[in-house]
Amino acid sequence: MLLEVEDLCVEYLGTRPTRAVDHVSFSLSDGEFLGIVGESGCGKSTLLFGLAQLLSPPAQVTSGTVRFQGQDLLSLDERHLRQIRWRRISVVMQSAMNALNPVKSVGTQFSDAMRAHGERDRTAIRQRSEEVLRLVGIDPAHLHSYPHQLSGGMRQRVMIAMALLFSPELVLMDEPTSALDVVAQRSLMVQTKQLQRALGFAVVFVTHDMSLVSNFSDRLAVMYAGQMVEVGPTAETFAHPLHPYTQGLLEAFPSVHGPRVPLAGIAGAPPDLSQVPPGCPFHPRCPVRIGPVCQTVIPLRHRVGNSDVLCHLYRTESSSVA
Amino acid sequence: MHAPSSGQPAEPLLRTVGLTRHFRVGGIFGKTLHAVDDVDLEVGEAEIVALVGESGSGKSTVARLLARTYPPTRGAIWFAGRDISRLSSRSDLLAYRGQVPMVFQDPFSSLNPVHTIGYVMRRGLRLHRPELSRPEREAAAVEALETVGLVPGRSTMSKYPHELSGGQRQRVGFAQAISWRPRLILADEPVSMLDVSIRIGVLNLMLALRERGISFLYITHDIASARYVADRVVVMYAGHVVEAGPTEEVLHRPVHPYTRLLLSAVPDPRASAEVAVGDPGEPPRVINPGEGCRFRWRCPLAVERCAMVTPRLVPISEGHAAACHVTTAGKALTPEGAFIEGA
Repeated sequence: MLLEVEDLCVEYLGTRPTRAVDHVSFSLSDGEFLGIVGESGCGKSTLLFGLAQLLSPPAQVTSGTVRFQGQDLLSLDERHLRQIRWRRISVVMQSAMNALNPVKSVGTQFSDAMRAHGERDRTAIRQRSEEVLRLVGIDPAHLHSYPHQLSGGMRQRVMIAMALLFSPELVLMDEPTSALDVVAQRSLMVQTKQLQRALGFAVVFVTHDMSLVSNFSDRLAVMYAGQMVEVGPTAETFAHPLHPYTQGLLEAFPSVHGPRVPLAGIAGAPPDLSQVPPGCPFHPRCPVRIGPVCQTVIPLRHRVGNSDVLCHLYRTESSSVA
Repeated sequence: MHAPSSGQPAEPLLRTVGLTRHFRVGGIFGKTLHAVDDVDLEVGEAEIVALVGESGSGKSTVARLLARTYPPTRGAIWFAGRDISRLSSRSDLLAYRGQVPMVFQDPFSSLNPVHTIGYVMRRGLRLHRPELSRPEREAAAVEALETVGLVPGRSTMSKYPHELSGGQRQRVGFAQAISWRPRLILADEPVSMLDVSIRIGVLNLMLALRERGISFLYITHDIASARYVADRVVVMYAGHVVEAGPTEEVLHRPVHPYTRLLLSAVPDPRASAEVAVGDPGEPPRVINPGEGCRFRWRCPLAVERCAMVTPRLVPISEGHAAACHVTTAGKALTPEGAFIEGA
């Protein structure tokens, strides 16, 4: 296993303590593409930052482990983490416009990153910079360009190129395409998938748009109120969603194909993480509540087929695994 | 849209003729950014028209022109038989904006956080329906809030924006608009900032309001949601209308290469996987664009003629028109259509 996350909790400590990641467990194999979907405020970005050990106060990991190639990242100090970050685990941030430095050329930012991680040879830096830009389909001449001279799609490609500078084993992506138009979005997804296949890195891809990852991820994890309520092979989850929330989400997307059908969406709004409802956090919005158990008992993880699901509906037909 | 000249004497609710807006950019060199060029748009009574395009296509500029945020460089906007692009008095503009209000994209920044919902509702009503007495205003505000599903309206009135969710705030935007008894609502990406599970609720609200006789110009980059609500779709690229027609017709028989590209890029879990799009999604060039089709740099079908002559909208079937030299050749509905294309 490349990455094993067990029972991870991340809390924002303060006057209103908020648990943004609530006992999340999952694992990732080498070269696997995991999509994490959820609505705003469900803890998906906090989880990603927790994986990369990039949380800053008041956010704090309060329990659990994150093992990367067998090594517990939570026990490492800053110095050791620096050897892993960017070289072996890199992050592509959501907004390239904010993540790139507007007053430095692309090439300078590439060489800054490489020098900060111990690369001193100027020729090697230049060669590698040109190489990664070619990988994402940008002319190496753009090493001299400044971020404002590039289109939104190109800036996101530069971000991905930067993440690939050291050929990492794991790339964490936080909504890298959400600021792009639909055509640029599709093109970037296709390219990310091709690079992932060619270079063999694993991807954790966080997005609010379930349909976006539908054709690209191997497995799909659905988050709600800080919990991973369903994890399973993408195709199976789309064909037979288990959790009522997943079912609702799939029902909420109008399609450009097939018959035009009225859709209902999900009633209510996602909960405030500082006031999560007791029992199953989805119960106030759940259309198939099965009784008081939903209001009082936190559902356990159940294995159904190849998927894990947190829902009382499945407690009779399968044994719990956690 | 170039509606066929046969029949249809009824004037649509809103009609633009050659609507054009240029912006000067680039200082002393006097470059011109062609945000919107020669757009002919029609919105009928109780009709939802979706204006679809990527960023930089000029779709939001069209909305702002229609809202009279700024005047058009050229062209006319006919609303209920009046050319509103020439309105200048405050009372005329207020009356027009009451009939054609706008609902904005971002429900988090379009409401003032220090005022209650009631304040926002009452203030709009004082401006746009000054004939109402105080109790009538109160009743109109409560009724509008309840129409959009913010029940009970009276208690919503005393709430502050931070007490409402994103979807509820966007409903306040619609409530404010409908309290003015509008005939057409300009909705600029009204659901793109909302969570997916509540987007449908807002789209369903638009459908319900159409049943009450309100028209919409729904501006979006999301074709799937356009299909869900719209009667007709107008596709814009780089300031030009490139294709327009009844929603299902345009989606099932897209004619313009850009429409086809947009459709192929829509993420759809129910579609087959691995549909590769070769186009990297580069933004259109709209600064001093000159003559010729503006999509030609990205177009897989471009021929020599595309760089020399700007294609005009050619009717292909009832109400369906596209502006492309290549794909409309031989498909034109009428001989006049073919003639226009060559002009």
